[in-house]
Amino acid sequence: MVVFEKPHALADVPLHYCPGCTHGIVHRLVAEVIDELGIEGKTIGIAPVGCSVMAYNYFNCDMIEAAHGRAPAVATGVKRANPENIVFTYQGDGDLASIGMAETVHSAARNENITIIFINNAIYGMTGGQMAPTSLPGQITQTSPYGRDTDHCGFPIKVCEMLSQVDGAQYLERVAVNNVKNVKNAKKAIKKAFQNQVEGKGFSLIEVISTCPTNWGLTPKKALEWVDEKMIPYYPLGVYKDNTAKKEAE
Amino acid sequence: MATTQYLFAGFGGQGILFSGKFLAYKGLTEDKQVSWLPSYGPEMRGGTASCSVIVSDTPVGSPIVSKPDVLVAMNLPSLDKYEDSVKAGGVIFVDSSLIERKVNRTDVTVHYIPATKLASDNQMPTLANMIIVGKILKELGGYSEESVNAALKKVISAKRADMLEINLKAMQIGANN
Amino acid sequence: MADKVLMKGNEAIAEAAIIAGCRHYFGYPITPQTEIAAYMAKRMPKIGGCFLQAESEIAAINMVYGVASTGLRVMTSSSSPGISLKGEGLSYLAGADLPSLIVNVQRGGPGLGGIQPSQSDYFQATKAGGHGDFRMLVLAPASVQEMADLTVKGFELADKYRMTSMILADGTMGQMMEPVALDYDVKPMPEKPWATTGTKMEREHNIVNSLFLQPDALEKSNLERYDRYSYIEENEVMYEEYMMDDAEICIAAFGIASRVAKNAIVEARKQGIKVGMIRPITLWPFPTKVFEKAAEKAHTFISVELSMGQMLEDVKLATKCKGEYVLCNRVGGMIPSPEEVLAAIEKANGGAK
Repeated sequence: MVVFEKPHALADVPLHYCPGCTHGIVHRLVAEVIDELGIEGKTIGIAPVGCSVMAYNYFNCDMIEAAHGRAPAVATGVKRANPENIVFTYQGDGDLASIGMAETVHSAARNENITIIFINNAIYGMTGGQMAPTSLPGQITQTSPYGRDTDHCGFPIKVCEMLSQVDGAQYLERVAVNNVKNVKNAKKAIKKAFQNQVEGKGFSLIEVISTCPTNWGLTPKKALEWVDEKMIPYYPLGVYKDNTAKKEAE
Repeated sequence: MATTQYLFAGFGGQGILFSGKFLAYKGLTEDKQVSWLPSYGPEMRGGTASCSVIVSDTPVGSPIVSKPDVLVAMNLPSLDKYEDSVKAGGVIFVDSSLIERKVNRTDVTVHYIPATKLASDNQMPTLANMIIVGKILKELGGYSEESVNAALKKVISAKRADMLEINLKAMQIGANN
Repeated sequence: MADKVLMKGNEAIAEAAIIAGCRHYFGYPITPQTEIAAYMAKRMPKIGGCFLQAESEIAAINMVYGVASTGLRVMTSSSSPGISLKGEGLSYLAGADLPSLIVNVQRGGPGLGGIQPSQSDYFQATKAGGHGDFRMLVLAPASVQEMADLTVKGFELADKYRMTSMILADGTMGQMMEPVALDYDVKPMPEKPWATTGTKMEREHNIVNSLFLQPDALEKSNLERYDRYSYIEENEVMYEEYMMDDAEICIAAFGIASRVAKNAIVEARKQGIKVGMIRPITLWPFPTKVFEKAAEKAHTFISVELSMGQMLEDVKLATKCKGEYVLCNRVGGMIPSPEEVLAAIEKANGGAK
C-alpha cells in the first residue's frame, strides 16, 4: 500500500505560492529526486530572485539565496569550491532569461557540472505580472497592456533551443507539469538532470513550462489548459540536446 | 645619502623596461632601496615606452621620476620630450644611431653612443638597451663583472640562462665604447 | 627571513593571496590590474587552485559569493569601472555576512575615464560600495610590500569579522616594482559553522541569505552588523605618523599620494617648516582619533589626494572643522608632484621663504 508522504528533502513548512501555481509541484519533484538519489546531505540549492526567492526555506539541504539572475555564477563558485557537492539552481524566466542571461549562457558554455531547474511561466510573478522574456506574442501583461507587440519589444526567447547551440551544454529538456503524464515526464527529466551531475556528465537544464493563474488572470484549471493551448505550441516539449548517452558510449 | 633617479625612454620593443629592471635588480643585490615604475597602457603597443627607476641609500619616496638625474633617450621623441626635465648637472645618454641631433642643454653631461648600430654590427640586434646600460655603468661607476653577473641572474629567468652571456657581452661593448 | 625579490604590486597581491590560503580567483580583464589575473592563471592550476575568467565583473563577484558561502578564502580584483559593476555583489556579500577580498587598482573616472592612476573611488570604497547600510574594511597600501602585507591581513580580517576587505590601490601601486619579502605566519582560518557545504544529514540546513521581508528582523540584522562595525572602529584602525611630533601643518595622504607627500615633507623640513603626515592605512575604519589629536597642535590640514577632496571631508569630520583646510590634488590620472605639495605646505606656512 502506498501512503502519501512528504519527501524528506522538502521542508515541512507551508509554501507561500498562490493557489494553482505549479511551483509546488516542481519543488516536490526536485525533493523526491534528491531523496531517491540519496544526495540531500551533499546538495546545495541556490534560490533566485522572483517568486521562488524563498525556496531556501523549502528545501532541507543547504541553501543560498543569490542576487537576481546570478544563481549560475554563484553555483559555479560553489561547485568549483567543492566539486563533490551536488549544486542546483532554481530560477524563473526573468531571472534566468533576462537579467541573468549572460550567467546562464556562460555557465552552459563552460559546461559547469551543475543542474538548473528553469521555471518558464511567461510572466514576472513576484512583482505582479509584468512582461517576461518568455511572454508570448500578443500576451497581455501589466507592462504589455495591449498585448506583447513583437515590433516594439521583440520576441520571446526559447531557452532550450538557444542553449542547444552552445557546445558546453550537455542535457537540455523542456517539460510541463499541467497533467499527470507531463508531471511524470518532468520527474524523469529532473532526475536525469541530477543523475548527470552525480555522474560528472556536466551541464543540465530542465525547462519546466509552468502556470501563473494569478497573473494570467485565469482559474487554476483554465491555466492548465492555457499551457496546452498557448504555451506548448510555442515552446514544444522534448529533449533538445543529450550528449550524455554519447559520453557513456565513449 | 645618495639617490639616483633614472628615466629610460624609447620605442616599445627596445627593451626599455628590461634595462630599467636590470638596474633596479642591480641596486637590490647591492642592498640599496629601489623602485621601478613603467609607463603602461596602449602606448606600450609600439608607441613610446618609458620607465622610472630610483636607486637610493634611503627609503624611496615617490617612485615617479619627473626630474631625472640620468636620462636614457633611445629615440628622438624621447629626447625631445624629456631633455628639459633633466636636473642641472645630470647626465643624458643618447643612442646616436637613432637620434641625429645633439643635446641642446649645456648644463648636463652628454654621452653619445651608437648603441643600435653596435648591436647590429655585433649580431645582437635586440640588445642596444644593454649596450647603453654597460655605458651607464662605465661612466657613472658600478661596472664590475661580479655585480653585473649577480643582477643578470636575477633578471633573466633560469629558462633563458643561455641569454646571460650575450647580455654580458653587450654590456662590455657598451663599457668599451 | 625570506629573500627580497622585485615584484610588481599586482603580482605581490596575487602571491600574497596564495600564501594566505586563497585557492579561488575570479576576474575579468581590465587595465591596470590585469597582472593579478595573469599571475593567478599561471599559478592556480599548479597548486590545485581555481582561476576562472568570468564573463563579466558581475559574474566574477557572484562566483566569489558562491565560494565564500562554502567558507573558503576567495578573491576577485578589478579597476574602477569594474568595481562599479561589482557593487551589487558587494552589497549581497555584506547582507549575507560573507568574508571575501576585493582588490580595486583604481584608474581615473567617471565613466570609462582613463587608465592612469587615481584615488577617486574613495567615496565608493569607504561609504557607498553598494545599496544599503554596510561597510567594508578598506586597506590602502603605499608600497609593494604593503600590497602583499595588507592582502594577507585583509583575508584574516575578513574571516574574523565576516565581511569584505577591499584593497584600495591605484595604477601606480599595481604597476610599480619594489623589493618585497613574502614571509608570513598566516593565522589558521576560524571555524565557519555557517558555511553551506552540505548537511551530511547531521545538522539543520544552513542558509546563506540577505533577504528579510519583516522590517523588524531586517533592522535587527543591520543593528547587529553595526555593533560589529563599532568594535572594528575601536580595534582595527591602522595608520602611519610621519614627523608628526611637533607638526603644525598636517598632511593627510594615502597610497601613492603619501609617497609624493613624503618627498615634499623632507624638503619642507629642510626649510624648518614643522610639517608632518598622517597616512591612513585603513580608510575605513578611518583614523579619526589620530587626526583629532593632531588638531591640538596643527593649525592646517592639507589633504593630498588623486580625487576632488573626497578624503578631505573625512579629515574635516575627524577634526570637527577646527583648523584650516587645503586640498592639494590632481585628478583624471594626473599625480601631484612633490613641488606642488611643497608649494601648498609653504603657502600654509605663510608663504615661500
